[in-house]
Amino acid sequence: MNLSTIDARPTPSRRHPTATDERRWTQLVLIAIAVLFLMGFLLLPLIAVFDEALRHGWTLYREAITSPDALAAIRLTLLTAGIAVPMNLLFGVAAAWAITKFTFPGKALLVSLIDLPFSVSPVVAGLSFILIFGRHGWFGPWLFDHDIRIVFAMPGIVIATVFVTFPFIARELIPLMQEQGTDHEQAALTLGASGWQTFWRVTLPNIKWGLLYGVLLCTARAMGEFGAVSVVSGHIRGETNTMPLHVEILYNEYAFSAAFAVASLLAVFALVTLGLKTYLEWRHGDELAATRRH
Amino acid sequence: MKYGFLILTISALLISRVAQAEPLLNASYDVARDFYRQFNPAFTAYWKQKTGTDIIVQQSHGGSSKQARAVIDGLDADVLTTNNPLDIDAVAAAGLVGKDWARRFAHHASPSWSTILFLVRKGNPKHIHDWNDLTRADVRVIMPNPKTSGNGRYSYLAAWQYALTLPGGDDATARHFVAALLHNVPVFDTGGRGATTTFVQRGVGDVLLTFENELFLIRKEFGDQGFEIVAPSISIRADNPVAVVDKVATEKGNTTLARAYLEYHYSHTGQELLAANGLRPADETVLAEHAAEFPKLRLFSIDDWPKTYAKHFADGGVLDQLMTTEAAGS
Repeated sequence: MNLSTIDARPTPSRRHPTATDERRWTQLVLIAIAVLFLMGFLLLPLIAVFDEALRHGWTLYREAITSPDALAAIRLTLLTAGIAVPMNLLFGVAAAWAITKFTFPGKALLVSLIDLPFSVSPVVAGLSFILIFGRHGWFGPWLFDHDIRIVFAMPGIVIATVFVTFPFIARELIPLMQEQGTDHEQAALTLGASGWQTFWRVTLPNIKWGLLYGVLLCTARAMGEFGAVSVVSGHIRGETNTMPLHVEILYNEYAFSAAFAVASLLAVFALVTLGLKTYLEWRHGDELAATRRH
Repeated sequence: MKYGFLILTISALLISRVAQAEPLLNASYDVARDFYRQFNPAFTAYWKQKTGTDIIVQQSHGGSSKQARAVIDGLDADVLTTNNPLDIDAVAAAGLVGKDWARRFAHHASPSWSTILFLVRKGNPKHIHDWNDLTRADVRVIMPNPKTSGNGRYSYLAAWQYALTLPGGDDATARHFVAALLHNVPVFDTGGRGATTTFVQRGVGDVLLTFENELFLIRKEFGDQGFEIVAPSISIRADNPVAVVDKVATEKGNTTLARAYLEYHYSHTGQELLAANGLRPADETVLAEHAAEFPKLRLFSIDDWPKTYAKHFADGGVLDQLMTTEAAGS
């Protein structure tokens, strides 16, 4: 998944039997399996979403996604992603930088901690925030005395989203930066560059593709997160419902077309993200290949 | 710049709590959505006419017990509208609602109630007429899990009560009867809506046990062509109690408004809207006017909820015992 995959350039020397020398029918069977799998598990559900969304025509579709509750959900989702992604961007770069360019005690622990959100169920994550910020939680009495709300309000939703999408950028950068090593930075420092200059002029250009990929994945997940957000949201209509929560509500209300209309919009957001990534890869293919070889 | 935006947003969110007039937040159970979509505008108009102030009523919906839990954990709901008294008791135990909540509004603070009925497939091919038909070997019963759902709990208790009313009925025979019924349930959904989906959309089972108002919704959404409603010889009265969350309403300065909001449930408009949404109005005269939609049934109520809960639904209670035997037997 990440950009630092194994270098697949063919060896020009002696001819060894390689994977690409397999007989033709084997190739065909493998391709068929891959395509069928993709169709069945990825494309079909996606088509079903759009089909159901448009079953009762465009008017209903438009009404579903422009109802005040839907608009509020869309706004909240975008705002949440807009706050959570920059925070994780900052943290991800800092963490990856610290882990790959320095040695310090507790480094292994930090690496494991970054992976924590992957291994903890989002529901448990959400509940733990209630234990911390809820009325009877650790900080609850103080927060409620000062009329500050974290859970069942926007800040809680942002925190839950940050937690769940925490590893995406760091995890994308660490292997890449590890592979690149510290040679370039050391060269820059020897030549008299300051720390900042080294970061902006040397490190950042080297990692920008990995970073972009991480940001896109992080954004997609931030917009789609359900479990953790559902626990801390409080489900107040028009106020603390994100798009995935709104979809569930509509579905439970038997408003199937409207549910799938909002779901399809969410899918469109994800597809735009994916399209953006593909476009950038295509547009800057050469540069990308160059970073990969490092 | 990134930070600037962040700080602005966060401070705007914090300030916004103080700056604008506090809307009234109603934490309610899942299937009450349609009712409140009609009731809230009616109340807003009434309040405007009465006091000249514009108010906003916000809704939060979820499983009844989940909503109670959220209020305990800090959801700023001024009022809690539920489908069983245990949930308000839980919030009262946490000190957010007065212990005497049931005496603060008429009819034990329950402006409406519902009951458990059967939904069978068109033509009633399995000839299901009463509770004893549900224990037959050829009948598959769909009901939500009594452990997680108020809806399922009422069905369970109604079946128990039916067995007690049979000649020679006692706890031992009731246990046997309910065990046989649970044995016929192929899948326990966690909530009433999930059970509806299983029965109506997935086509699983011969009979669905659920609230009368849920059946009302099924009829509205899916037409009555594919299904028939069967009223058993005895069923349970399921109250839908309401309460002002004193602590929150006081903090928000909404006490008067919250009280008036709940009182309005008992007004003629409120009672009519409840009836229009398949909930039996507490007001006997309004109920009598709707006798066609709400046929008279032989009903019983649970008088001591805490005791009933401890006996049947607490960990290791009768339900757990029956479910464990069931799992071991199959």
